[in-house]
Amino acid sequence: MSFFFEVLLGGLLAGVMYSLVAIGFVLIYKASGVFNFAQGSMVLFAALTFVSLLERGISFWLAFVLTLLAMVALAWTIERWVLRKLVNRPPITLFMATLGLSYIIEGLAQSLWGAQVHGLDLGINDEPFEFQGMLLSQFDIFAACVAGVLVLVLSVFFNKTRTGIALRAVADDQLAALAVGIKLEKLWLIVWTVAGFVGLVAGLLWGARLGVQFSLSLVVLKALPVLIIGGFTSISGSIVGGLIIGASEKLAEVFLGAYIGGGIENWFPYMLAMLFLLVRPTGIFGERQIERV
Amino acid sequence: MKSTLTKFSKLAIAISIGAALTVNAAHAEGEQYFPLQSYRIGPYAAGGSGFFGGFIDYLQYVNLKDGGVNGVKLTWSECETEYVVEKGVECYERLKQGLNGAPAAATNPLSVGIAYATLDRSTADKLPLITINHGRTDSTDGSVFPYVFPLQLNPYSEVSAIINYIGTQSGGLEKLKGKKIVTLYHGSPYGKETNPILELLAKKYGFKLTLLEVPHPGNEQQSQWLNIRRLKPDWVILRGWGVMNPVALKTAQKTGFPADHIIGNIWSNSEDDAAPAGNAAKGFIAITTHPSGTDFQVLQDIKKYVVDAQKGNLEDPKRFGTVYYNLGVVNGILNVEAVRVAQNKYGKRPLTGEEVRWGFENIKLDDKRLAELGALGLVQPLTLSCADHEGGGAVRFQQWDGSQWHVISDWVQADRELLRPIIEKSSHQYAKEKGITPRDCAKES
Repeated sequence: MSFFFEVLLGGLLAGVMYSLVAIGFVLIYKASGVFNFAQGSMVLFAALTFVSLLERGISFWLAFVLTLLAMVALAWTIERWVLRKLVNRPPITLFMATLGLSYIIEGLAQSLWGAQVHGLDLGINDEPFEFQGMLLSQFDIFAACVAGVLVLVLSVFFNKTRTGIALRAVADDQLAALAVGIKLEKLWLIVWTVAGFVGLVAGLLWGARLGVQFSLSLVVLKALPVLIIGGFTSISGSIVGGLIIGASEKLAEVFLGAYIGGGIENWFPYMLAMLFLLVRPTGIFGERQIERV
Repeated sequence: MKSTLTKFSKLAIAISIGAALTVNAAHAEGEQYFPLQSYRIGPYAAGGSGFFGGFIDYLQYVNLKDGGVNGVKLTWSECETEYVVEKGVECYERLKQGLNGAPAAATNPLSVGIAYATLDRSTADKLPLITINHGRTDSTDGSVFPYVFPLQLNPYSEVSAIINYIGTQSGGLEKLKGKKIVTLYHGSPYGKETNPILELLAKKYGFKLTLLEVPHPGNEQQSQWLNIRRLKPDWVILRGWGVMNPVALKTAQKTGFPADHIIGNIWSNSEDDAAPAGNAAKGFIAITTHPSGTDFQVLQDIKKYVVDAQKGNLEDPKRFGTVYYNLGVVNGILNVEAVRVAQNKYGKRPLTGEEVRWGFENIKLDDKRLAELGALGLVQPLTLSCADHEGGGAVRFQQWDGSQWHVISDWVQADRELLRPIIEKSSHQYAKEKGITPRDCAKES
């Protein structure tokens, strides 16, 4: 039984890591109704920039600030040269634009910083410790705490600040938001910057675990079923979705994998997400759209 | 690349004065072309840029030091595949005709997928396809696969040598009985290729084998390692690729499995596989056909003639002497040696792919020749033939100390006698399916 709980707990902690990436998607979707396919590339860009600065002898916090500035510059460029030109275009157009952006950012990151694999040590010991007969990872617990703080801060930002409320208004109806004097460009710049910040945090944690390399951009594949289950508009939903996906995929791999061939972790979360789609298309915390006919 | 560009410029000028045919003829007389299906961007760019960097630097070194092979200059051009099969095939088609009249010697895609996709084309075009340390195992049988060369080490030899090493560590192969071995493999045709041989070896030696798949790309392995924790194996064989390797080492540490009982295969053996795992990789063991390091004479010469002359191909000079770079150098040595051997038969001129194939089949690298090449200890003694396109089948074991690899064993040979009938069964099956009549190697000279 303790093995079952060890797998379950390990899965929950892995799920939090997926949530970190999913939050970046939610932020942009919540504020602009755009599914930002480039979020994974932003994670890669942020982590690669950070680690490359670090390797050039820059201190940890200065590298963090400089990377954040680079993410602001990226957000400004995207807003100025892509999004502003596509205001009021259909969502599929914006989605296709982010698809293109994804490849551009990936290529840019590798052109700027090279294609080598970099190790990243955040100074957090990853030696396991024993708790009730189960081995737990200090790093995973640290990552869970970071995710918790991030959710708290973002929830306050969206619910209690003027900018946060304005962002929600924009997501509901861009034209109406413009009509009441909300500056769309400024808000998009803010939200893409915040998404860049979340990407940086996710990039550092994933980078410390995988090494900073191209594959970081593939962690989005783990975030998609999380979004489907948690809903595209809820930050708390990202966490809950992450926990469900993390726990279920690990339990399925360990206890079902042996009977159906193993290696099921890639498709099992998507199967689960599809079942959720059938029952609750907006996800657990997603907002149901009601339109007047 | 620079040399290629220079030649291209020359050709353009020559065309403008209406002497194109003359120039082409001059090129054909003086140059041997290597079409490079390289990958320097995308998920596997680290491996591609290191390998092709080493390969190009060796070709450059031969040109700068000796003026080419017996006066025949080596030339090359790159086509970016991003490790994508379709792009690899497109590059093959674009480059196979040679460059400015210089005939193509061989293709070296360093990709299982691209190699499989261009295998039939290579045979039809009579252009050797080199799959050093990887590729189809049954292509070792040159009677069925005349143009495919899994040089040095095919996948079956790789696992056989690993089991032999574990046997030695256990006090003899007979002591393997009752041991528990887990193989953690990449969820791809590459990852699965050796599973039947491992099962065969488990039956032969009586060890308990568990095969655990890690879905591509392998950035999450908690459940596999928890399973390993439950199974408590004596050894874990890591058959990984890319990001799967450091994640395996990190997760092993998280679940309390010792790194010095994990043995990485040939694609889990580079600095890029171990270094990102930090402390978790300390003690990790991996096989190699070519140690890393810069002490070998040929590496010193490349440094002198190419790198120090600012003509090196690596963007980051710190990668000089790393595992991928040295594999590229080894690949360069074998390709150039094939051209040299073939020139002894066909004449000191640029050769066709068919002639270079003969060169590959007649490579004989003993210690004396390796010393002449400055590659003693870097390349294993290798004798190729019509029947044997692998040649070596031996590996050495290296251990990661936290910052670099140290070789910890002599050459460990695969059980090639055991593997040969399996290889022949598979190759003959292939020949039957494709309607190929195998060559009679006894008649080849």
